[in-house]
Amino acid sequence: MSSLLWAVVLLPAATGAVLALVGHRLDKAAAPAAVVTAAAGLVLAVTAAVLHPSAGAPLVVAGGLDLAVDPLGALMLVTSASAVLLVVIFAAGDIHEHRARFFGLLLIFSAAAATTATATALPGLLLAWELMGACSFALIGYPWRQARTVGSGTTAFLVTRTGDLGLYLAVAAAVAGAPGLALADLPVAHEPWRSVAAAGVLAAAIGKSAQLPVSFWLSRAMDGPSPVSALLHSATMVALGTFLLLRTTDLLAATSWASATAAWVGVVTAVVLGAVALAQRDLKQLLAASTASQLGYVVLAAGIGSVSGGAVQLVAHAATKALLFLAAGAWLSLLGTRQLSALRGAGRRWPVIGVCAAVGLASLAGLPPLSLWAAKDGVLAAAREVSPALYLAGLLGAALAAAYAAKALAVLLGPEPQITTSPRTREEEDRTGPGDHGSATAHWTPHAGGVGGLQRVPLVVLAAAAAVLGALALPPVAQRLRGALDRAGAPPATPSVGELVLSGVVALVVVAVVIAAQLRRSSPTTSSVPSSSSSSSYSSAAAGPTAEWRQSGLRTRLQDWLQGWLGLEAAAHALVVRPVVGLATVLARWDDRGLDRGVSAVAAAATSTARGAARFDDRRVDGAVRSVAAAARAAGRLARRSQSGQLHRYYAAAAVVLLLAAVLLALAPSA
Amino acid sequence: MLSLLVFMPLVAAGALAVLPRVPDAAARWAWVAVAGAELVLVVAMALAYRTPAPGGLTFEQRVRWIPAVGTSYHVGLDGISLPLAALTCVVFLACAVYALREAHRPRAQAALFLFLQTACLGVFAAQDLVLFFVFFDLSIVGMYFSIAGWGHGDRARSALRFFLYTFLGSLALLVAFIGLYLASAPHTFDIVELAANPPLQGSPTTGVLVLVAALVGLGIKTPVAPVHTWLPPAHTDAPTIGSVVLAGVMLKLGTYGLVRVVMPLLPDAWRAAAWVVVTLGIVSALYGALVALAQSDFKRMVAYTSVNHMGYVVLALGAAGLAGGSAASAASGAPAGGAGSALGAAAASSQQLAVMGAVTQMVSHGLITAALFLLAGVLRDRTGTYAMGPGSTVSGLGRLAPRWAALLAVASFASLGLPAFSGFVAELQVFAGSIATAPVTAVALLGILITAALFLRALQHLLTGPARAPRGGFADLRAAEAVPVVVLLVLATAIGVAPQPLLDVIAPTSAWITSVVTPSATDAVAASVAAPAGS
Repeated sequence: MSSLLWAVVLLPAATGAVLALVGHRLDKAAAPAAVVTAAAGLVLAVTAAVLHPSAGAPLVVAGGLDLAVDPLGALMLVTSASAVLLVVIFAAGDIHEHRARFFGLLLIFSAAAATTATATALPGLLLAWELMGACSFALIGYPWRQARTVGSGTTAFLVTRTGDLGLYLAVAAAVAGAPGLALADLPVAHEPWRSVAAAGVLAAAIGKSAQLPVSFWLSRAMDGPSPVSALLHSATMVALGTFLLLRTTDLLAATSWASATAAWVGVVTAVVLGAVALAQRDLKQLLAASTASQLGYVVLAAGIGSVSGGAVQLVAHAATKALLFLAAGAWLSLLGTRQLSALRGAGRRWPVIGVCAAVGLASLAGLPPLSLWAAKDGVLAAAREVSPALYLAGLLGAALAAAYAAKALAVLLGPEPQITTSPRTREEEDRTGPGDHGSATAHWTPHAGGVGGLQRVPLVVLAAAAAVLGALALPPVAQRLRGALDRAGAPPATPSVGELVLSGVVALVVVAVVIAAQLRRSSPTTSSVPSSSSSSSYSSAAAGPTAEWRQSGLRTRLQDWLQGWLGLEAAAHALVVRPVVGLATVLARWDDRGLDRGVSAVAAAATSTARGAARFDDRRVDGAVRSVAAAARAAGRLARRSQSGQLHRYYAAAAVVLLLAAVLLALAPSA
Repeated sequence: MLSLLVFMPLVAAGALAVLPRVPDAAARWAWVAVAGAELVLVVAMALAYRTPAPGGLTFEQRVRWIPAVGTSYHVGLDGISLPLAALTCVVFLACAVYALREAHRPRAQAALFLFLQTACLGVFAAQDLVLFFVFFDLSIVGMYFSIAGWGHGDRARSALRFFLYTFLGSLALLVAFIGLYLASAPHTFDIVELAANPPLQGSPTTGVLVLVAALVGLGIKTPVAPVHTWLPPAHTDAPTIGSVVLAGVMLKLGTYGLVRVVMPLLPDAWRAAAWVVVTLGIVSALYGALVALAQSDFKRMVAYTSVNHMGYVVLALGAAGLAGGSAASAASGAPAGGAGSALGAAAASSQQLAVMGAVTQMVSHGLITAALFLLAGVLRDRTGTYAMGPGSTVSGLGRLAPRWAALLAVASFASLGLPAFSGFVAELQVFAGSIATAPVTAVALLGILITAALFLRALQHLLTGPARAPRGGFADLRAAEAVPVVVLLVLATAIGVAPQPLLDVIAPTSAWITSVVTPSATDAVAASVAAPAGS
């Protein structure tokens, strides 16, 4: 049993490591090997989901790398393995450079995801968690010849690692206050360590799942290849960020504040990032913002304790978003662009992708009977039990989702523009757009005719899944999921008929209004040349009610602010990056000039003292010796003068001495 | 067997130096052969190693040397010195293989590095303070000649600065050792005897003074901010393999001295000064990381990350002297290491976890930094510069030298503490143990974020962008350059993936060290009662 679970993790890890390390010599074999590995991985994952195996190994502490498949883990494992297989199949037809390294990294990434889904103790979780971050750096920065993509990978890694520090804290909290390092031990840790652990887990999850306030890294991550985005957003790193919160709802609930914080972070992200998505003019950016927004519902579900509601939303979103990113990737390969204005009518030109994408967008919009409609209502039903405010905010987010999905839908399915611009001009136009995929140029020509079966099959499968997975949120499946996933007393994630109808009607009305407005506005602009219409497409993309309002400066500024992801990246640069780099520069200068000069000054003082001592030695000490010698010589000279050789002087001297002696003798007795 | 391990390189060095007309090629290969034999020997010893009793040694040997002053030739290994001795043999073999391409006086270089290997192994094996000090000083002398003889740039000045700075440190260390000798009764320099009966217990002032002298000496060697400024110029101007030995092995002599000498011999003073040590560790970790972030010279940057990484070691060792964490809960009734402990059988307390992390970090940093310095050496060999970033003439090396680029990326990720490499295992233990003991140490976590930023930035500067190298091309790694790097990184990965064999060796000795220095609740009460009576 345990070998089964090890195989789930180690098979993709080992294949991936071989591919990534050997590199170019395996470029030809890489895609088939990856597809076979991913298929085997899916079979293993399904088997594991049925058998619920567990496995264990020590990591730092006994049981540090314990893995087990519980119902929630099983759901995640199968979702993740399915997404990996479909994305790998798509990438086999879409990625043409450095294939061995690309597929190798993708498989290691999936192994880390599988470990995250099954880890039951903190060390193993942290190991997989950080590996996912590093793989995302390498995969986002995979077109590494452009400095910007590597910079985007760096942004992703650093932002998510900032959150990861929370997991390090959680490990420390468990060491200090819990009976063990297993996730299940955390809720019984004593305070304040329980709160530290909850805060750490929350930070790590918010970082990886790109909730507010760090959502901006997801925007930069769009510089990576589309299959990477599809995997990242649907069933691996970003999605697993929210999975961690579903996994730790007991811990969140064991503190007085963490659950409410999670719920509000989730629902605020759902609303605000929904507005951000609505403001985007780039298809991938729109989808990225919508990921943060949709996963906000999962975070909300974790906050209110509805594991089954969150899990269903996670799975439904996985299918929908993987589908949409792959469709965006297909168009990017076909047209060399992802600007919405340049994708007008793309859905009619390539009907298979068009229909699949339409299903995905309709699901994203929350149109009945597609998956996200029911899944989101499950979360909202649970939220209504807890707080009407959360429910209303969630409903607002749903309306925004319908709006941004409809916006993309109208563009893609609208009539093709009369004047087809050449790919060259589109490419030039893209260069000015934010972060375009540079290697797209290389892909354009060979794929101009259409997409191959390798790309089409995953799209169709995912479209089917996006259509029907909502059944998980409806009775009778929902009841069984509740029984398997939810703890006693969790709010039921089973929407009433009224709620389902209400949200369906809201979605339908919003979609209809937006599409109508979009078509009315876009019909005059189709006669102009689209390649020069970046400003007109901008206004056509904005669905404002009145012309005056549209022209007001406030609206433009709001639009720009939303389109720029609330300026979060600039804020992070201004508040964190620049001060830290500035501090580093100051410290480095001080290290070179201040501290080191101090050391040099000590050395210089020592040498100058030595020089002074030497001078003192030369002039004073030696001088004293010399002057003693000089005095002795002078005394000698003086003594020599008496030795004149003239006898009369000697007699005179003798007479003086005798006289003195006589005087002394005479005086002596009286003295 | 241990004496053979220590002195075999010295004998070989003597032979290489004395024998006339040894051809250069023979000298190079003789060095590789001796270093290889050393590695085989240390692996054999590791396999034969059996955990000694707490405070005890294996492979112990004691010979009368200068009985008049209570000093003897006393060597032995325990769970902390054995991994470091093994690390020494691995790093020196890597240097020997890398130096197969050395053209400048290879015979003298081989002799010098063999001499250095004896000095370093001697420090790790020594169980007598005089012996420890002799080997410690010899390593400084050897490194001085390495920088002055084979360095580049302003090598004479850097070498002199290195020598004077660290020699000054070793004099402070000598003062501390003499203090320990004078305070012991009967007078002895023997580390095992001193540890069994620590002097200066109950005389806090003298104890702290001796501790300060030892901390100055070992802190300079480690190096701890703010006495680290000899390190960057020494590294920048040192030859590649000189840097490798300096960072890979010799920096550990400082922290090893803390574990081997200061903690067990001055436990009271260590407890008294634990907060100072922890603060020094935090400052070093953050200051080293920040200054490294501002560097535009790759080798200097790696040198400063050493200050950061060794800061974690100092931090963890300091935390071992503090009360708190799960030791308190263990003392309050739950059996240590039993079912009640969060750590299971691996570590009985958060303090022990911190000490284990410190030792793991020493080994891990040795392997990873050695690999990084070897790769930096290749960079300079091909381009004549270490400069990177704006204004540099080097970029886009990922295209020119894919193998070098791949290994640099792997080594960088290992150094920034990515899981599956040894640094992660070490840092996880350091932080889990330290934060659980003293929550304020959590600020040092920012260090791992800053190191991530600086390594990713360095990769971006060197590997991406237009392919440029000042001398036209950038030949990819040759076998003699690639093999040592790959072996070092494979070892770092092995420890990262399966740390348990290493941790099993480290754990018992760490438990003993921790039991000596960590204040327990009952000890604290006993000490406060006994102190007035004793003085």
